[in-house]
Amino acid sequence: MELATKDLLRLATIGSVDDGKSTLIGRLLVDTRQLFDDQLDAVAAASEKRGIGDLDLSFVTDGLRAEREQGITIDVAYRYATTPTRKFIIADCPGHVRYTRNMATGASTADLALVVVDVASGLKEQTHRHLCIAALLGVRSIIVAVNKMDTAAWSELAFQRVVDQIETLSGELGFSSTVAIPVSALLGDNVATSSTNTPWYDGPSVLEALEQSEAGSWETAQGARLPIQWVLRQPGGGRTYAGMVSGEAFHVGDRVTLLPANIETTIRAINFGGESRLEATVGLAADLDLADETDAGRGDLIATEPLPRVTKEFEATICWFGEKPLSMNGQRLRLKHTTKSTPVRVQAITGVIDIESLTIDKADSLATNDIGLATLQTADALVVDDYREDRVTGSFVLIDEVTNATVAAGMVGHALFL
Amino acid sequence: MTTTLPTPHATDHLDVLESHALFILREVVAECERPVLLFSGGKDSAVLLHLAAKAFAPQQLPFPVLHIDTGQNFDEVLQFRDRAVEAANAKLIVARVQDTIDQGKVADPGHLGSRNRLQTVTLLDAITENRFDAAFGGARRDEDKARAKERILSFRDAFGQWDPRQQRPELWQLYQGKVNPGESVRAFPLSDWTELDVWQYIGREKMDLPSIYYAHERDVVQRDGMWLAVGEFVEPTPKETVTRKLVRFRTVGDANCTGAVLSSAATIEAIIDEVAVANVSERGATRGDDKFSETAMEDRKREGYF
Repeated sequence: MELATKDLLRLATIGSVDDGKSTLIGRLLVDTRQLFDDQLDAVAAASEKRGIGDLDLSFVTDGLRAEREQGITIDVAYRYATTPTRKFIIADCPGHVRYTRNMATGASTADLALVVVDVASGLKEQTHRHLCIAALLGVRSIIVAVNKMDTAAWSELAFQRVVDQIETLSGELGFSSTVAIPVSALLGDNVATSSTNTPWYDGPSVLEALEQSEAGSWETAQGARLPIQWVLRQPGGGRTYAGMVSGEAFHVGDRVTLLPANIETTIRAINFGGESRLEATVGLAADLDLADETDAGRGDLIATEPLPRVTKEFEATICWFGEKPLSMNGQRLRLKHTTKSTPVRVQAITGVIDIESLTIDKADSLATNDIGLATLQTADALVVDDYREDRVTGSFVLIDEVTNATVAAGMVGHALFL
Repeated sequence: MTTTLPTPHATDHLDVLESHALFILREVVAECERPVLLFSGGKDSAVLLHLAAKAFAPQQLPFPVLHIDTGQNFDEVLQFRDRAVEAANAKLIVARVQDTIDQGKVADPGHLGSRNRLQTVTLLDAITENRFDAAFGGARRDEDKARAKERILSFRDAFGQWDPRQQRPELWQLYQGKVNPGESVRAFPLSDWTELDVWQYIGREKMDLPSIYYAHERDVVQRDGMWLAVGEFVEPTPKETVTRKLVRFRTVGDANCTGAVLSSAATIEAIIDEVAVANVSERGATRGDDKFSETAMEDRKREGYF
């Protein structure tokens, strides 16, 4: 029965270029029959045209002309898979260092990272960088596919060597769950079905691990939050405040505080799509009716205790994607946090993370793809939680005022592992 | 196989997709000056319009609806367009490919020729003339490998072009629609929906659709591996045999390049069961416009297509 309700798991593939991320996703989709016949035919035809064998599985997700010509992934491809109980949204991310910003795009909404490592080369700098970014972004569980086992004679020793590297790093980065699986994405071993080439391995296949992992986004938040997106005028003159709930649910009758104005009031009613509800659960795009008259608008936030901070100056962890370095020379930047945008100034850069050792080095600027720590000062007050407490009220982006390009991903506070 | 419709308002994947879409609609309207919703009369744009009405209820839609009219429509789709726009109490703008042809901006492919690619010019003209800086579309990432690569908010330069190598990072749900004058964004609230999700949602919300989505008898000819409906825009050649078949349409595009599928699915439940076990993709089964080359969709998107 195809209509049973399903839960939703968002995952991102991460790891270095050429370790086989796209091939693994291609294999997984082909072996679980998620591809239509014509899509498979098209992949076969494109492979043949380029003289690279019967079926280049990476072409399942590498859909751009330039990607197929160069044999690398440039930007995230989103693919979808369903099993009887679960819908998967798969972000197949690029491994190349030049496209780290696109990897961060894919990983920022992921519940889980599928890490692909070439058994012969082990963890590379880019694997470190990706794991570090995934951990910063709040991905809590990882599945590690130790790939190309067919080229290592299915050696348990070779597999174990990579597992040891991963376990050390995973512990330092604070992932709560790690599963390592010996696979050949090319041949399909331990991807959708268990392989007879690895009799020494009795763990799950990649598919089983994905089905068993916990769905739903990571929430450690205390307190309900609704950043106001839009004010809806109600017939008869009232107003309701529309936005998406994060942290915890709101209920009719809850005492809430409107921030940054710091006005206490009560939730009189909750609506969704014009219909009334008693509860607004996390993730619902609801609108709230407040008991007292306020002049709340877009950019304000409705919250329950414990309340977030109202501040114009805070410490942040920053993944810098700009082409020119981030420094304190007065670059014109804008910050977008929840539904609010404000001019921002970099007051101090307090360090840069060494990707290999995970230590913080002194720095006064951040180069492209650096991850660093900075003190930011905003023109308007923001209502923030630490990122590790709320993924919505703790995250922001930096925007170049001139080009409007998004140049950084930012997280309020320091990552757990720092 | 029998199917029952899901109960509304359980916390399942449809709820997650629905709230996400509402959030995107509100963000774009709040951040952009002059948004517009692109409406073809197909099921995806019908779902989009339904979601837009929900996002701003009980207010009226804070943007108009734009139909790029190729002049090669199915009558049932035009009737549905007018019904749906009236039900949503929305303002409809129709931009006609015929006008673009009459103005001499593109060559006339003739009465039976494909106008698919010409739509892009009409679309870009309508965006420029009305100074729209954001256009909502019902495109889904599962439709095509180029669409699979596109951001939810897709930046377009002053020529309407998509540059897949220079997409803005799109982190969390911090959608960033800021553009300079002349530039615009396309916003795709249904990005993460699959064909099956769309049908399940239509069933759950008991939505109205053009009747051609449901099985009906029709005169068809087989051409390029597709069943085309014989009518004003498809004239059988002497070599083609016209037969009457029980068919339905899986997608709705121009009458001369949208194929029907043989199907007896006359109810939403039957369609869901059919879609769930389909082994050909919806565009592969029914769209002549995607069959030109390996990167047909990428090429059209680079030119400014939907």
